[in-house]
Amino acid sequence: MFSFSADASCNDTRSTSSRDKSADGLAAWQKLYSVLTHPRCINCHTATNYPQQSDDRHKHLGHVIRGPEGKGVPGLNCASCHQESNADSTGVPGGPDWHLAPLSMRWQDSSDQPLSSAEVCRALTDRSKDNGFDGPALLKHHQEDRLVLWAWNPGRRGNGAMRTLPPLTHDEFVAATSRWVDAGMPCPPGK
Amino acid sequence: MTTYQLNVNGQHKEVNVDPSTPLLWVLREELKMTGTKFGCGVSLCGACTVHLGGIATRSCVVPVSLIGDRPIVTIEGIGQDPVGRVVQDAWVETDVVQCGYCQSGQIMSAVALLKATHKPTDTNIEESMGGNLCRCGVYVRIREAIKRASEQLK
Repeated sequence: MFSFSADASCNDTRSTSSRDKSADGLAAWQKLYSVLTHPRCINCHTATNYPQQSDDRHKHLGHVIRGPEGKGVPGLNCASCHQESNADSTGVPGGPDWHLAPLSMRWQDSSDQPLSSAEVCRALTDRSKDNGFDGPALLKHHQEDRLVLWAWNPGRRGNGAMRTLPPLTHDEFVAATSRWVDAGMPCPPGK
Repeated sequence: MTTYQLNVNGQHKEVNVDPSTPLLWVLREELKMTGTKFGCGVSLCGACTVHLGGIATRSCVVPVSLIGDRPIVTIEGIGQDPVGRVVQDAWVETDVVQCGYCQSGQIMSAVALLKATHKPTDTNIEESMGGNLCRCGVYVRIREAIKRASEQLK
């Protein structure tokens, strides 16, 4: 009996700990979601054949289209305007290998509306849709990828104003990713 | 002001300009190469298209400080390129031009397309040329000229 009680107590402790960790992971996920759906990130994670621009996420001007590799088409590549770094004097943002995320990594629907938290979470945890990233690879991507880092150094618009930043600092974003990964990458329920 | 060493149409050029100066104005004002045109100034019309490192590029939005050692080819030099020569000939044979203001940009984009795709479909042409506007509306003749040039390329 004593033994049984002790085991039960241990299980309860583990269960409580597991629930706490999952809750913490879900809280961390919601922070991630707030960044992933910020215009600096989601504007190039579209479900359509074009990227978006600006904080109102309008369709990219100039008849820009996705192209077969997410880099535009000959004559109208992303690199036709976007250079390796921001061009603050002309208001064109830039970063290394500027391109759209593949359609498998779309975080919007075909009407340009962001997917729900649960949908984006499922997309990130499905390695067939997320460039084969597991948790550690995703963390490394968020820590080091130069286009991810661009979101926190987005340069100035043509009118000289700074582009808005995601709601977390990059350090907070990485910390939230780490907590979510450590918690087993839990996703919120529902659609 | 900063001094930049540029490779334009295979020739070395030295310019002393503000780093923020767009390539378009380096070409037109410093190097007096006026074949490349100013249209909108915000990369929405394609009139200023040149090739930068082999990529059709809107020169109105690229500061000279970001060019580095990438070669620049303009409408003045594209005829030295085999594909460029074929495209220019097709343009003349098809009598594409009306006012002509946008045509240097049109040709630079068409050459980029045909270098990547020798036999472009109508969709390829529409997508690749979609950023080059022509207020005279000679789009039908542009398409015809691209197809004519395509027939000359193997």
